[in-house]
Amino acid sequence: MTEIWDGLTKAIELIISLDPEVMEIAGRSLSISGTSCLLASLICLPLGSLIHFHNFRGKRALINIIQTLFSVPTVVVGLFVLVLFSRAGPLGELGILFKPPAMVVGQMILITPLLLGLTISALSGVSKEIVDTATSLGASGFQTVLLVLREARYAVLAAVIMGFGRAISEVGCALMVGGNIKGATRVITTAISLEASKGELALAIALGIILLLLALIINIVLNRLQQR
Amino acid sequence: MSLIEIAGLNHRYGERAILENINLSVDRGEVFALIGPTGAGKTTLLRIIDLLEVPGSGEIYFDGKCIPRSGKQRLEIRRRMSFIHQKPQVFNLSVYDNVACGLIWRGEEKNKIAGKVEHILEMVGLKGYKNRNARTLSGGEAQRVALARSFVLEPEVLLLDEPTANLDPVSTAKIEQLISYVARQHNTTMIIATHDMSQGQQLADRIGVLLDGRLVQTGNATDIFRSPQNEEVAHFVGMENIIEGVIIANNEGIATVNIGSNAIQVVSNYPAGKEVYACIRPEDITLALSSIQSSARNSFHAKVTQVTFLGPLSRVEINCGFRLVALVTKISAEELNLQVGREVYAIFKATGVHIMEREISQ
Repeated sequence: MTEIWDGLTKAIELIISLDPEVMEIAGRSLSISGTSCLLASLICLPLGSLIHFHNFRGKRALINIIQTLFSVPTVVVGLFVLVLFSRAGPLGELGILFKPPAMVVGQMILITPLLLGLTISALSGVSKEIVDTATSLGASGFQTVLLVLREARYAVLAAVIMGFGRAISEVGCALMVGGNIKGATRVITTAISLEASKGELALAIALGIILLLLALIINIVLNRLQQR
Repeated sequence: MSLIEIAGLNHRYGERAILENINLSVDRGEVFALIGPTGAGKTTLLRIIDLLEVPGSGEIYFDGKCIPRSGKQRLEIRRRMSFIHQKPQVFNLSVYDNVACGLIWRGEEKNKIAGKVEHILEMVGLKGYKNRNARTLSGGEAQRVALARSFVLEPEVLLLDEPTANLDPVSTAKIEQLISYVARQHNTTMIIATHDMSQGQQLADRIGVLLDGRLVQTGNATDIFRSPQNEEVAHFVGMENIIEGVIIANNEGIATVNIGSNAIQVVSNYPAGKEVYACIRPEDITLALSSIQSSARNSFHAKVTQVTFLGPLSRVEINCGFRLVALVTKISAEELNLQVGREVYAIFKATGVHIMEREISQ
């Protein structure tokens, strides 16, 4: 029990003292996961709309596959990205392995199914009557899509928050494609894992608390945004 | 040339025929009511006219031009109309944004939009509601937002699907007032689907009766309510007394109809031997305690079998050898002391009876 108590006091200490190393790690976590979530959203919102508003053969099967990929293990994505960007791999020439861009790509791949699936289900929550009403009022196809996205904004935002949550909390992919290099690719989750294995339980717990605090702040900010 | 013309339209969902051979034309500025029971196909017909659905077969002409079955032109034509759906669907946005969206989609200038929206909100009595989320409104208020959203577009054609279904009488009256105001002020062409016959009668210049996907009869209110074309229409428009009979004599337009136990005098040109239905609206039957002298040719001694109070009116079922239903005011029901078993005279004019040809089923 003392470890948890120590962790709490340590967390408060690290936050109040604005410990430079912790701040750097937390900032990196935020920027990598924020970027991957933003980029994935830019892809998934239009793509999800496209899938939702079109009827085609195999749509049901595609949605099933997307939903299955919600539970893809982070290490499997890590492995895939590792192979993709390793020197001998197809995209090895880019030379981004063990650098933040590779981690962004990994997290994007990880959360794309989640964002896509949740966007589709958010849009499905908007009734057919709303779509008809918009059409009747003279909305073009594209204007209708924008309106429906707006109608579903709470559920769409929830999807984005879920995606960000999964990105910032995963460790397998960040470790495999980032390598937990101090000052370069170390993020909160990989640091927790390292400190714990070193026996620095209080520091590990403190980092965990900081991670949750970050998630809390992001949630508050996004919720404020949506209420406007 | 009519503004909207529908020729030989058929539509089916799977195996089920929803609309069969609809031919209809509506003139510019005309208010047309489509009446029929639930499930008759009114909504589907309106959806097809609003180009939300493509009919199985048949043509629609708008302003003289045949509407293509797909393509951009459909959006252009749809933007000249507006459709108010049965259940008002307001967007999860402010009342202002709800009303403005149609104008925004049409690319209207921003400063013009504000003026128009304010004006319409005042007209529908929602002036102070601008910034409220439309989802927080009551049913009547939401319906007024839906109306405002359509009115603000000043469409050439307004399609209304049961505009007052599920509303209380006060909201209904308000909405009916608004609809007739807009029809008069802007000379808007309207097609109103309703199952409420009195609403159709009150708002429309012309009425069409849609039964089971077929447009059975069109005409003005008097035609439809006084002279229904067949038994189905007669039932639907509230002809409670439909009596089978055979014309046994015709003397210069005054015919005698044998209805089994009795004979009634009617105005009709059908010759003797014709099998007919004699239809009498319940409000055209007078009840009296004695066989008073009057110009009415039909007077029958009867016994009251049932009395039902319907607000200011009483519905009285009587037996005069055949069954009749009469509507009398509550006051006269009390004066006549109408109750089960009471003996009265049922009196109606020969002109108050509408005669329909009876189709002999093979």
